[in-house]
Amino acid sequence: MLALRVQNLSKTFPLKKPLFGAAAPGVRAVRPTSFDVARGETLGVVGESGCGKSTLARMLVGLLDPTEGSIEIEGHALNTADPSEFGKLIQYVFQDPNSSLNPRKTIRQIMEAPLKHLHKMAKPERDQRIREIFASVNLRESFLDRYPHEFSGGQAQRIGIARALAAQPRIIILDEPVSALDVSVQAQVLNLLADLKAQFGLTYLFITHDLAVVEAVSDRIVVLYFGTVVEVGRAERIFARPRHPYTKLLADCAPVVGRPLTAPEQKGSELPDPLNPPPGCAFAGRCPRTTEICWTTEPELKSMGEDQLAACHQPLED
Amino acid sequence: MGSYILKRLASAIPVLLGITIIVFLIMSLIPGDPATAILGSYATPENVEKLNRDLGLDKPMVQRYFIWLGNMLTGDFGRSFSLNRPVLDEIVERFNATLVLAGTSFLLCAVLGILAGVFSAARQYGWTDKAITFVVLIGISVPSFFLGMMMILVFAVNLRWLPVSGMYAIYGGGDLPDLINHLIMPALALAAVATGVIARLSRSAMLEVLRQDYIRTARAKGVPERRVIMGHALRAAMVSIIPILGIQAGFVLSGAVYIEIVFQWPGVGRMLVDAILKRDLLLVQGGVVFVAACYVLFNIAVDVAQSLLDPRIKT
Amino acid sequence: MTLFLNLVFRNRLAAMGAVVITAILLLALLTPILPMHDPDVTATADRFKRPFSDGHILGTDHLGRDLLSRLLHGTRLSLAVGIAAALIAAATGATIGIVAGYFGGRIDNVIMRVVDMLMAFPYILLALAIVAALGPGLMNALIAVAAVNVPFFARNIRGITVGLAGREFIEAATLAGMGHTKIILTELLPNVLPVIVIAMSTTVGWMILETAGLSFLGLGSQPPQADLGSMLGEARSAMISHPHTSVVPGIMIFLIVMSINLLGDGVRDALDPRLRSGALSRPRATTLVDRKGPLPAPTNDLLSIRDLETQFHVGARTYKAVGGVSLAVKPGECLGVIGESGSGKSVTALSVMGLVASPPGVITSGAVYFQGEDLIGAAYETLRKKRGDRVAYIFQDPLSTLHPLYRVGHQLAEAIQSHQKVPNHKARARAIQLLKDVRIPNADSRIDDYPHEMSGGMRQRVGIAMALANDPDVIIADEPTTALDVTVQAQILSLLNDLRRDRGLAIIFITHDFGVIAQLCDRVAVMYAGRIVEEGPTQAVLDAPAHPYTKHLIACVPELGQGRRVLATIPGLPPMVDDLPLGCAFAPRCYKAQDKCREREIQLLGTKPRAVRCLFPEEPV
Repeated sequence: MLALRVQNLSKTFPLKKPLFGAAAPGVRAVRPTSFDVARGETLGVVGESGCGKSTLARMLVGLLDPTEGSIEIEGHALNTADPSEFGKLIQYVFQDPNSSLNPRKTIRQIMEAPLKHLHKMAKPERDQRIREIFASVNLRESFLDRYPHEFSGGQAQRIGIARALAAQPRIIILDEPVSALDVSVQAQVLNLLADLKAQFGLTYLFITHDLAVVEAVSDRIVVLYFGTVVEVGRAERIFARPRHPYTKLLADCAPVVGRPLTAPEQKGSELPDPLNPPPGCAFAGRCPRTTEICWTTEPELKSMGEDQLAACHQPLED
Repeated sequence: MGSYILKRLASAIPVLLGITIIVFLIMSLIPGDPATAILGSYATPENVEKLNRDLGLDKPMVQRYFIWLGNMLTGDFGRSFSLNRPVLDEIVERFNATLVLAGTSFLLCAVLGILAGVFSAARQYGWTDKAITFVVLIGISVPSFFLGMMMILVFAVNLRWLPVSGMYAIYGGGDLPDLINHLIMPALALAAVATGVIARLSRSAMLEVLRQDYIRTARAKGVPERRVIMGHALRAAMVSIIPILGIQAGFVLSGAVYIEIVFQWPGVGRMLVDAILKRDLLLVQGGVVFVAACYVLFNIAVDVAQSLLDPRIKT
Repeated sequence: MTLFLNLVFRNRLAAMGAVVITAILLLALLTPILPMHDPDVTATADRFKRPFSDGHILGTDHLGRDLLSRLLHGTRLSLAVGIAAALIAAATGATIGIVAGYFGGRIDNVIMRVVDMLMAFPYILLALAIVAALGPGLMNALIAVAAVNVPFFARNIRGITVGLAGREFIEAATLAGMGHTKIILTELLPNVLPVIVIAMSTTVGWMILETAGLSFLGLGSQPPQADLGSMLGEARSAMISHPHTSVVPGIMIFLIVMSINLLGDGVRDALDPRLRSGALSRPRATTLVDRKGPLPAPTNDLLSIRDLETQFHVGARTYKAVGGVSLAVKPGECLGVIGESGSGKSVTALSVMGLVASPPGVITSGAVYFQGEDLIGAAYETLRKKRGDRVAYIFQDPLSTLHPLYRVGHQLAEAIQSHQKVPNHKARARAIQLLKDVRIPNADSRIDDYPHEMSGGMRQRVGIAMALANDPDVIIADEPTTALDVTVQAQILSLLNDLRRDRGLAIIFITHDFGVIAQLCDRVAVMYAGRIVEEGPTQAVLDAPAHPYTKHLIACVPELGQGRRVLATIPGLPPMVDDLPLGCAFAPRCYKAQDKCREREIQLLGTKPRAVRCLFPEEPV
């Protein structure tokens, strides 16, 4: 059973039309992208800055209108732009817990909003729900009448998760939910997320730049580069046996205890100009395996062994 | 750079049009028969008829606007009934006097204000800072017209150091020293408020910049403190000070109206007030459009200066 | 609210302003019931009476009217008109600004275009045009002043709203199913309101001044009714012969505006949280030093930090950011300092060269010896000559640490010329060589780039080049790769490693990442709550961590290549350094803590090079 199906989703940010001449074609933040997420699965989305992962996430929850493509949740197409339609099915946990909580509202007011507006619950019902949710994210009820600035990053992030849960969504998009947290707190939040998933039968889309974190929490992982999916595969295999040279580069660069320090690439690490993207593979300029075809033709995402897909003309072998 | 200036000039065209539309709309607020109202006490039947013909007041509003605009573009701002001469001639003559006064004041407040702000920030909470802050506070709280009057009382009437009013002495004046002599008090009185505002905002701009990481970098690489303040910090602070200068130029120009009245300075501000009191509205209308247009051009110069300073602005 | 008032009145000038303006307001309110002369009754026989004459405390004006009575009535009028104008302008402007800022797009575009056009007028021209059209009169002056100020409010509030509308809590509200009106009223408005109040409190004085100004010109209140401005205007002709008639209303305007400005500043400071925390203090050229007691003995290391204590004094609170840290590096050695946020690792690093922002930072104890010379107590010029010359820094975020308005070549040359007398062309040549040393391609053309024209990795290379400019002995790198992508991080780390081997540099490397430490550093010191809890050779510490904190911290970090799993956690939160427990700071989170752990200071003990600050270590050291 599919929880989420994304087909050819893409986003192009239009540029301001210059005074003279025609408008430029715009910045393609996400190129047409398709993937499925099964119910109960955690799909990791990993990529470096500028790869379009946040744009993708914001389209999935309806905060950004896609330029093209469709989103289906549990078989129902979401073709409305009404965020409250999205809100009941899919929720979002933000990277910065402090900026996602209104500084001038109490935690109770923040928690009530989704119950009141999405589910039209009455006051006693709401209080009951909030108590249940707070118990499941291990927060004390006495926190409810405090203001966001009184909480540490880890606590605030739990409140953010509790708010997402309050909407009773089927899917939660986690956008770098632990990058702003210290490592000792990071592990607490990651484990809590795993427990909640089991308890509520949720489906996660976990977006991050941290390979070790994404590997530790995901079932499958999607690797993004320059707005395109370059590789999809099972978490336990994708970094160990990558097919796409970019995935390999990422895996080689992650600092690992016990591995000597070497610079995996000596060429520049710059992304192509998003205003003027190259015709072929966006990674060609950095890739050690580049051939003629890589400069001219954009590679398609092809199946490469069990549960693994990669968009590469010269994929790596085992 | 040249293309940036051209682009800014091009973008000024809609603003200038907007200004004329706003003035036109305000003037159409005048209750009753516009021609009679515009002419006020000069409304003889011939004058009314002439004005109706000139402005096409019998025509629809949009058409009237374009007639008025077209006339202005050919340099025809109409004729002042109270002075019985072309509006444009009067404005240009008066605007020169205003420019001398406001220009001097502006230079004074820019230099003094920025210096005071920088010193104040560099010695935050020190004795200099407190003294400057106090003087600045008085500067921005005292009405410039009252300050001007008190200056006349003290320096002209009691001490007899400076002339009471006017731009030149009535007998035997007219040279530069005479002008400067007459200029000192009004220029200072006019500069007081803007100096205060610029000093305050420069101070906070400097404090803001001094907390930035790149100031710490400069110190970490051993740049002498004087250079850190007057080079690194001031340069970065100028990015937020320059727009303030642009805004304050408008305030200096505005304050000039009061100062011209107090010091009998023959400028455009006094002309406007006289014209309003005499209800010579063509003169008001023309004066407002002319001065506002000059201010728009001045602000383009400010933008260009800003783009020279800050490479992050796309030229 | 009481907190707010306390904050306002802690500022003595603001309190003074509040007292004066309250007194004036009270007088103005009571004016109609006070036993006084009718302000408008003329008595030409009594004209120009001096102040303190019979029956007229402040004297009379040119028509023999009682000045005190006219002054109070005028004040009443001026205040009423000025405050009304401020309220109208604030309400209209804020509404326009919120709508434009929240909806953005075309609505914003159209509104802001009109606002820009209105602001293209020097304000008085617009006011004069409005008064000219509507005719002189107090009501019309009020309308003119309010209308002229609407654009200021609109633009100001729009700016704030745009910032807020992009914040995540607004998006969260959308996802919670709230509509636009609801979001504007319950999410935006409470956050914008303080800004509106600040803008009003700082401009109401100005608006009183402006309406008085129009009256002064004869365009506001019409005789016999008089506000302060028209009193001054009428008195002007007799200014020379009877100055008191002008001085009285003039001083009143001054008092009103000044007291409102003082109070307004106080309100602004109290409502603006940035100012509240004292963040707008300018950091001095060097950190304040206030050491008591004898200095620790110097050592013969290249650089050694001895018993360093650095505190932040904020209000009545003292944050012990660094509580007695000792570290040392030898030439060619890389020492890693690892810790979570708030552990004091960065403050330790910045203390070395007196770069901790002060206020609020104060170095209260200890010494830093560079080749045997104490840097903490050194005079500014001594310290400056060492900064960047012998001990250089690399900072975290290369975008904010490079000056945005100078070309990178200039910044590099400046680093050289601050310490060596080198002509410009030579400094430039050296700068190009430095860029080549850090492997920046096309160094000859890149040298004329501005920092914003470079990518993050390139900027950090410039940061490293700048640190290398004078061939320093020690480089202190404060999280130099934290802001970078993982592929860029790998390049920067290997560059640093090569440089250290080639040049015999000593590096102190501050980070929160064990992977980075493991790859780059010879030795590591683990910090917790301002102190070193464990130190030793990197491999030894990683293989057999002795402090329970180190052990758990290593276990918390997911490591690539281990697949999906449940992560180890440390319960609880790091302590606040303004309220440290007695004994071991980690005890409240430690699984093996006993009463002994909380009784007294615990020493950092062990056989060199290993040491641990724990009574029950995991491994003997």
